[in-house]
Amino acid sequence: MKEKKRTTAFLARPGVQTFISSLLCIILGLFIGFIALLIINPGGAVKGILNVIQNFMYYPSQAVRIKYFGQTLVKAAPLVMCSLSVLFAYKVGLFNIGAAGQYVVGAGASLYCALALHMPWYICLLAAIAAGALLGALSGLLKAYRNVNEVISCIMLNWISLYAVNTLLGQVKEAASPYTKSLSSTNKSALLPNMGLNVIFKDDYVTLAIPLVIVVAVLIYIVLEKTRLGYELQATGANKAAAKYAGMRENRNLILTMAISGGLAGMGAALLYLTGFEQWSVTQSSLPGMGFNGIAAAFLGGLSPIGSIFSSYFIQHITSGGAYVDKTMYAAQISDFISSLIIYLCGFVLFFRHFMAGMVEAREAKKAKGSGSGAASETDGDSSSDKKGGEA
Amino acid sequence: MLLLVQYTLVFASVLTLVALGGCFSEHSGVINIGLEGIMVIGALGGALAMKFMPPGTPAPLILLLVTLAAALAGMLYSLLLAVAAINFKADQTLVGTAMNLLGTAAATVFVKAMNTARDVSNVSATIEYIEQKKALLIVDGTEFNWFMVITVIVLIGAYVVLYKTRFGLRLMACGEHPQAADSVGINVYRMRYAGVLISGALGGLGGIVYITAGVSAWRFEYGVAGFGFLALAVMIFGQWKPLHIALAALLFGLFRALSNVYSGFDVLASLPIPSAVYNMLPYIVSLIVLTFTSQKSRAPKAEGIPYDKGLR
Repeated sequence: MKEKKRTTAFLARPGVQTFISSLLCIILGLFIGFIALLIINPGGAVKGILNVIQNFMYYPSQAVRIKYFGQTLVKAAPLVMCSLSVLFAYKVGLFNIGAAGQYVVGAGASLYCALALHMPWYICLLAAIAAGALLGALSGLLKAYRNVNEVISCIMLNWISLYAVNTLLGQVKEAASPYTKSLSSTNKSALLPNMGLNVIFKDDYVTLAIPLVIVVAVLIYIVLEKTRLGYELQATGANKAAAKYAGMRENRNLILTMAISGGLAGMGAALLYLTGFEQWSVTQSSLPGMGFNGIAAAFLGGLSPIGSIFSSYFIQHITSGGAYVDKTMYAAQISDFISSLIIYLCGFVLFFRHFMAGMVEAREAKKAKGSGSGAASETDGDSSSDKKGGEA
Repeated sequence: MLLLVQYTLVFASVLTLVALGGCFSEHSGVINIGLEGIMVIGALGGALAMKFMPPGTPAPLILLLVTLAAALAGMLYSLLLAVAAINFKADQTLVGTAMNLLGTAAATVFVKAMNTARDVSNVSATIEYIEQKKALLIVDGTEFNWFMVITVIVLIGAYVVLYKTRFGLRLMACGEHPQAADSVGINVYRMRYAGVLISGALGGLGGIVYITAGVSAWRFEYGVAGFGFLALAVMIFGQWKPLHIALAALLFGLFRALSNVYSGFDVLASLPIPSAVYNMLPYIVSLIVLTFTSQKSRAPKAEGIPYDKGLR
């Protein structure tokens, strides 16, 4: 009897419900992805989906595995930042689809400071944060004072940033290729410090970025949940008019939210490009997927800063895994396909949670009615009410 | 100059079609951020229809089939939004965003699979339609195509349907005050389905017009470069009214066309402006326009809010 009470309470907890819903999204997403692989080429579907899930486990050697695990982490770090950016804005009732553009200007600012101005890494990092924050604040300003929907303004700014950054970084690109000069040959001081992590992962790209991202996630959690500022911001998001009535400066809060959100995305870019892992291609004509995957990670993580660390890693894990599928059968974009399916399914999370809450309620009602019967039969009754809850 | 006119009209057609699509969806009460993805899938449907058209098919039939295929593909794809937003009360912005990502990813995966199945060495995501495209042109060798005529017909049709028919007025009622609409016996769910499906058909049609503009092959990895979003800006600038939307689309189309053909004008080419500025122009213009027009926005009042019968 005692144990049963605990399980009911366990399922009723919002955190648990979110976790189960997210897991459901992942499983469904992978399953539909698997079906797509089956349709394209039944012969390699099992191996294909396993490649996506396994990622670096594809390699038999332990040493190589840990190296590629490190590289997945390197790319997951900026993703965590982008998902924090999206979730921070979302908690305040804003949909920051501009994380992609803020990420782009972050990359532009950090690389320009590093390659053209030969600044050390911390200045480059700050420049990236400032650039992202400015761009975010611009969307916030337009929303607060000109009533421009932030989704539309962010999308316009995304494309403007892309072309602007391409032009800016065109000044520091290699002569023979469309890529920016490498940090290690031009300005070593701009590389993020390794802090010994490169020894553990046997990979020089693993840097300070990884622990820093976790610290930032915890900070965002504290700001949102434990400070007055976070409370004010969330109150503004819940009801702008009520917040104003309660004496909060609602326009300032809107702009501040977008600035913080933008700063996070901009910082994410710096945490990738200052490792030297990637160079910016100044001819790219589509936005980097990082900002959009950030939306996926934020929702998959149940809009919790800590959850987004895990969901971001997962999204990056399968995105990197896509590189291992047999290219003669499938496109590497199968991972994009799966992660976008997962985002789509995240739209149903609310429904899943309602559904689960309904199930818990139905079970409690049943228990209240049928109390007094033996322990053994009650367990039976419990499992059958489970099914009934499913039908209701 | 003629080139500029051609491209302006082509892009204006795309924007008009897609923005009208958005207009139907929003008037019914559903925000359709997923237009970009719908365009990609519509473009895929149309491109496939062209690719598998047997040679020697009469031109009017090609036009008809391509139009239908694109509209149908877009409509089917928009069901994803309809089901999630109407039946499951999902966050419409989130679902729309997912649809944009999914559209490009699914189209790329599909086209690559198709290409590789035919020729193992071909891992590109490109569909070519050089011969078939000629059937869509009014004057061979220019970009004046029959889609422009279709756009005008759709525009007039949209105006008539929205303002002069019972269906259109009911649709708009569902976007303004669904509870009131329901109380007089209008089925809000069905109306919203109609709105989203119409936007899917028009978005899909816009997609095929976009990928046949000036090129005769399309790499599906590129998506449609933010055109679905530009169309949303056009819709807002056009204040959700079909005729205003068409005018707004002409303006935006002009700026978009400039980035394609500016090098053909001696005056513009000699100016020390990098090409990136021309690429940015449509987006900058739309941002500025929105800054000055959003204040007195006449958006449907209930857009974006899932309809809940219990809330009266």
